[in-house]
Amino acid sequence: MEEGIRKKVRRDYVLTTLKENYRLDGRSLYEFREVEVKQNVIETAEGSAMARIGTTVVLAGVKFDIIAPFPQEPDKGALITGAELLPLASKHFEPGPPDIKSIEFARVVDRGLRSAEVVDLKELFIEDGKALGIFVDLYVLNYGGNLFDAGSLAALAALLATRVPKVEDGQIIREEYVGKLNVRAKPLSTTFGKIADITFLDPALEEESVLDARLTITTDGEHVVSLQKGGVGSFKKEEVLDLINLSFKKREELLKHLGDGDA
Amino acid sequence: MGMESDIELIKDGKRLDGRGLYEFRKPLKLEVGVLEDADGSAYIHWGGNKIVAGVYGPKQVLPRHLEDPNKAIVRAYYMMGTFSSIEEHGRSAPSRRSLELSMVIGNALESIIRVEEIPSTMVDVYMVVLQAEGGTRVAALTAAVAALMNAGIPLRDIAAGVAVGKVAGEIVLDIGKEEDMYGEADMPMAYDREGNLLLLQMDGKMTVEEVRRALELGWEKVQELFSLQRRAIEAYYRGEIEKKLSL
Repeated sequence: MEEGIRKKVRRDYVLTTLKENYRLDGRSLYEFREVEVKQNVIETAEGSAMARIGTTVVLAGVKFDIIAPFPQEPDKGALITGAELLPLASKHFEPGPPDIKSIEFARVVDRGLRSAEVVDLKELFIEDGKALGIFVDLYVLNYGGNLFDAGSLAALAALLATRVPKVEDGQIIREEYVGKLNVRAKPLSTTFGKIADITFLDPALEEESVLDARLTITTDGEHVVSLQKGGVGSFKKEEVLDLINLSFKKREELLKHLGDGDA
Repeated sequence: MGMESDIELIKDGKRLDGRGLYEFRKPLKLEVGVLEDADGSAYIHWGGNKIVAGVYGPKQVLPRHLEDPNKAIVRAYYMMGTFSSIEEHGRSAPSRRSLELSMVIGNALESIIRVEEIPSTMVDVYMVVLQAEGGTRVAALTAAVAALMNAGIPLRDIAAGVAVGKVAGEIVLDIGKEEDMYGEADMPMAYDREGNLLLLQMDGKMTVEEVRRALELGWEKVQELFSLQRRAIEAYYRGEIEKKLSL
């Protein structure tokens, strides 16, 4: 019961600052927290990157394995995205099987990569019944709110830094590479929170815990490639369209932090 | 989404199954009060989708530690029958997809329930997809709302869902199975009668203008679903429905 009252008080406080056009940490409504990306941080992975937005830190590791193509698409490899909300990342995370938060996180990042066709899955085909599977795994090292954008940034940065391993006689020869992964699109997400009728970009933890709704918009520069509304609140059509237009602009800012893995 | 084929998905303004671009699949039938035990229930037959929804509540909260003296706890479970897909046998355990859909549908349902009016209680909503042919989450949500009405759960508004897609470059209503596989985008959405979007997802590629057209088409057509829900409730209260599920 006390928690309910505390949450209401926190929500009212956040709303008060939002109405004045600023956030608890002094940002304006549509400003990202500090962004930092570093590629090639895990030498055992075929590609990797760590992305930080504010205090949220996500590490993406890319590994290749030989897989059997899906029956419906026998000439294609696959891109599989997973996520772990590590208990060390937050006092609110517990050890155990994947919970709904990590499932949604993985699926939304995956959706953006897949819809944007970040990789041509046909290029991963090896021979009948064998293809390369690209496993992108997101590890949350610190949870400061808004996993989606840090996750999408880490995943893309890792893929841009990924080297494709040599395949010989249907086997992967580790530590021998045939070149960089052909990354054909650069999808990135921007997540907006909403409290009452005010929307704002990149919810930090204290905002995320009291928001009514959120909208994660992933674009590739030309198209919207994914939308995910979360929370018990709602959006008007016009709000969605306004936020999409803003998302295109904000993606440009995030792109500046991406190299192509030569750093 | 986005599989290749030589199939002409749209020809002369008609889709594979002969529909126009803005037509719902048929049949599109909804009945409430179809289950004996549930406090509220509904069955929707929408194109090739057959979905049953059952509501239990308001009821005592178990486990007790979940109880909230300020509001009701709403739990939603979306699941697909192992035989519901024409493809391979499904798994019994909830898939990651089912868990995600349970959450997005549950959020939409919770947003229309007056949870403060029934504090310290729990409302469980079950949606079981017995037969699937694309657009199951919006069909399940539409049925679930009817089941909530049938159960007498206090609601602030009615909601229904519709999936709009982009197929062969066109924005179309209610995409079917092949359109889902070979089309360019899929956008499931749910509106209340005030035009608030309670559920919104998209995968594929759409320009912002296409998103606008899709949202507007969905809003225009969801009105037919509100009528469908209302007629189902009216038929029930006029005693026209036997409390018997008929698939």
